[in-house]
Amino acid sequence: MGEVEVYALRGVSLDLHASEFLVLLGPSGSGKSTLLNILGGLDLPTSGRVTYRGQSLTDADDRELTEYRRHHVGFVFQFYNLIPSLTARENVALVTEIVERPMRPEEALELVDLSDRLDHFPSQLSGGEQQRVAIARAIAKRPDVLLCDEPTGALDIVTGIVVLEAIERVNQELKTTTAVITHNAAVAAMADRVVSLADGRVVTERRNESRVSPRELAW
Amino acid sequence: MRALQRKLVRDLWLVKGQALAIALVIAAGVAMFLAYLSTFHSLRYTQQAYYDRYRFADVFVSVKRAPLGLQDRIAQMPGIARAVARVVVDVTLDVEDLAEPASGRLISIEVPPRPTLNDVFLRRGRWPDPGRPDEVIVSEAFALARGLEPGGRVGAVINGRRRELQIVGIGLSPEYLYSIRPGELIPDDARFGIFWMERRGLASAFDMEGAFNDLAVRLRPGASEDDVIARLDALLEPYGAFGAIPRSLQTSHWYVANELQQLQTVGLILPIVFLGVAAFLLNVVLTRIVSVQREQIAALKALGYTKRELAVHYMQWGLAIGLAGTALGTIFGAWLGSGMTSMYNAFFRFPQLSYELPLRIVVAGALVSVVAGTLGASAAVARAVRLPPAEAMRPEPPASYRETLLERLGLKRWLPQAGRMVLRNLSRQPVRALTSILGVSLAAAMLVLGTFILDAIDVVLDVQFFVAQRQDVTVSFVEPVSGRALHELARLPGVLDVEPTRAVATRLRHGPRRRHVSIQGVVRRPMLQRVVDVDRGAIELPPGGLVLSTMLADLLEVRPGDLVRVEVLEGRRPVVDVPVTGLVEEYAGTSAYMAIEALRDLMREGPTLSGAALLVDSREAATLYERLKRTPRVAGVSLKRSALDSFKKTMDETMYVMVFFNVLFASVIAFGVVYNTARVSLSERSRELASLRVLGFTRGEISTILLGELAVVTAIAVPLGLVLGYLSAGLLIAAFNTELYRFPLVVSTATYASAALAVTAATVLSALVVRRKLDHLDLVAVLKTKE
Repeated sequence: MGEVEVYALRGVSLDLHASEFLVLLGPSGSGKSTLLNILGGLDLPTSGRVTYRGQSLTDADDRELTEYRRHHVGFVFQFYNLIPSLTARENVALVTEIVERPMRPEEALELVDLSDRLDHFPSQLSGGEQQRVAIARAIAKRPDVLLCDEPTGALDIVTGIVVLEAIERVNQELKTTTAVITHNAAVAAMADRVVSLADGRVVTERRNESRVSPRELAW
Repeated sequence: MRALQRKLVRDLWLVKGQALAIALVIAAGVAMFLAYLSTFHSLRYTQQAYYDRYRFADVFVSVKRAPLGLQDRIAQMPGIARAVARVVVDVTLDVEDLAEPASGRLISIEVPPRPTLNDVFLRRGRWPDPGRPDEVIVSEAFALARGLEPGGRVGAVINGRRRELQIVGIGLSPEYLYSIRPGELIPDDARFGIFWMERRGLASAFDMEGAFNDLAVRLRPGASEDDVIARLDALLEPYGAFGAIPRSLQTSHWYVANELQQLQTVGLILPIVFLGVAAFLLNVVLTRIVSVQREQIAALKALGYTKRELAVHYMQWGLAIGLAGTALGTIFGAWLGSGMTSMYNAFFRFPQLSYELPLRIVVAGALVSVVAGTLGASAAVARAVRLPPAEAMRPEPPASYRETLLERLGLKRWLPQAGRMVLRNLSRQPVRALTSILGVSLAAAMLVLGTFILDAIDVVLDVQFFVAQRQDVTVSFVEPVSGRALHELARLPGVLDVEPTRAVATRLRHGPRRRHVSIQGVVRRPMLQRVVDVDRGAIELPPGGLVLSTMLADLLEVRPGDLVRVEVLEGRRPVVDVPVTGLVEEYAGTSAYMAIEALRDLMREGPTLSGAALLVDSREAATLYERLKRTPRVAGVSLKRSALDSFKKTMDETMYVMVFFNVLFASVIAFGVVYNTARVSLSERSRELASLRVLGFTRGEISTILLGELAVVTAIAVPLGLVLGYLSAGLLIAAFNTELYRFPLVVSTATYASAALAVTAATVLSALVVRRKLDHLDLVAVLKTKE
């Protein structure tokens, strides 16, 4: 049996604007994660172009992509991807130690309401708390772009709302361009703009008249 | 401390058992490296300092008898700084509490002031008084072995008359750092002593007044040794010179140099093997860690950590373990080295043997282990760095299983479910299974490598002392004697059989190569003093020509059929070209043999003999020894039994200690490898095993699955390891060989068995530890973690 080439994305054309809150909506396998990885400089498309502030990411080498991730992008993953052997504060410090003009780790954790959890290890934190640590870690470098991959995917509703609030607060207070991937259509109401993906293509794109706060989302 | 470093420390703590096991293997390698090389350094340093301070000569000559007036002439010769003419005589000793005769070497010294060359270090007592010809300084080794003290006496047969030697001092000389009777392989301190006595007394006892029979020479700096030897040989030829030899061939120095060379070789090879194993282990464990931390690596990359930062981080794992091992190994190696060095005092006698661990050896040891750590880590580090971040985010694809060959062959129905799981698991990751097998087999190989030397020595001793020398007693005469002496020996009480030998001092030349060798003339089909080839057994000598040991043939670069120029250094001193008619592979020394009749013909003499081999009825041995002690022309009597006993005693004290440490270190490896293998598979499989527990499997059943793998790995690895051990022993032997010894590649069944047993024990021990972990498997926690 030969190998079959599967395209995760085809013909996607998308702009991200400064300070915007974008939700990428789509079912499993629609290509959302691949898109996010490409936006974040973790992956390269087989064809097409990606530019960031006029700089081509598709032509960047590994070192340039690392620089891009290091100084411009904050990532939040579905499974948090915290370093289990480091405390909340140290997980954030992991980032603040390698960038210029970061927040103090305590400050970043304060933003996600975790001031009382500074010295807890991931295993001592709930899923929502872990995700908030991950958000604190992502924003501590004051990124230009915050990319969140199913940030509430592994959480219950109540915890999910707390996490979404943290993301929204970052977007509003720090004016960080934010893209959130989700398969949960309810989350779309928080966004300035919603892009729906299916089978690797953009199906619809709409702009919300007004943003709904996470607490008022209808799940 | 930076967050990444904290991660390192905490992660290391999490795998502390495995890290410690690897660190211990590294420590073993470093300890051996330091112990062997620092002992080598200390011995060589002490030796050189001793040589310098006590003015060890550069060139040595024995003559039959030369006028003392030559001494000044020789001292004036170009290239010579100093020359000391001496009288040196071998005698039979009659020691009170010893039934058999011992041998002594009497050496003249000028007192006062002191010997200007080959000086004597006076440990205790005083120098002999010029007016008292019977006062002697006795060598420390003999004094210790015989319990002699200043004020004591030793009987010596001097020129046929028994005389009492008065011990006034105990001394040492660089000339007899290793004191061994001429023609013997192993020292027998209890039966061979050196005696320094005032020149006039010794000279008058042996009709050497105004004459000398031994010359020691100190060269001027930059002088050509070869030129001086050639001039000395030419000058002393008329006086029955046995040929000048350089320091490098002087008996004591030659033995010491060979021993040091061996020490250095072992000190380089063994640790490298150990550190290689450590690097391998590190690679296995780190590779596993990298695959466990796949998602962490991806996250770090996503956060913007560069490849270099990640490489440094994972490299630090290797370095941390390497440095811990180095620190531990340095401490242990220094302790071991000082112990080994003082152990060498049983072989070599120094006035003061001080142990020193030079910084450069410590640094070299640390460097070597860091290199091993880096090499061990590098493959895993490269994997971590190469991991594409987006891909690493996703969990590893589920492993694909298939029926194993054994099952497909129709054995399926014979295999229980657990057995099938074990086999499929092993065959699913053949590389991992192979590395486990290789690791465990390396442990078995190290055990073989660390101990087989005892087997090799046993074979050498067996061949030398039982196959070749079947006599009980070897007698040597002061001068060659006529055939009548053979009949007299045969008539002595207790003598069952007697065989003549004729040893002739010669210089063998082939082209520019030359070598001082005493040709052994033995009967063509000897029953007692046999010539033994390691492969062919006892051989019959050809009627004519020389039979050389292969080592001597190599040194002279001759092959059978080549002509060798034999320059006889005694009697009428004939110079004859003799064909090489045979080679014999021997374990020790450099020998040349000839049929005794052919040798006598070459010497143009009748049925002479210079020694004899005796087979003795042990019931009458005491009477025989008593008679031999009083036989005037007997220069030395050596007893096989006593030589062997004393050698074994020394071996017990030294070799077994070293082998003990080799085994200890090899066991550390065995445990380190097996434990790591077991832990790695536990961490890989804990989720699966926990699932099985949830499905209702008992602890015993899941243990069977995991430990069954370990058992299969060990069962395959042990035989493989024994083969590897045999092969690596071959490499070590090749490096170990010196002019003095060629060790055979022999590994006894007992060695194989104990290696197999030790590895099995390590497996059982590791299995027990892992079993305990399995019993405490936290099902919920394991299942909650994301694969």
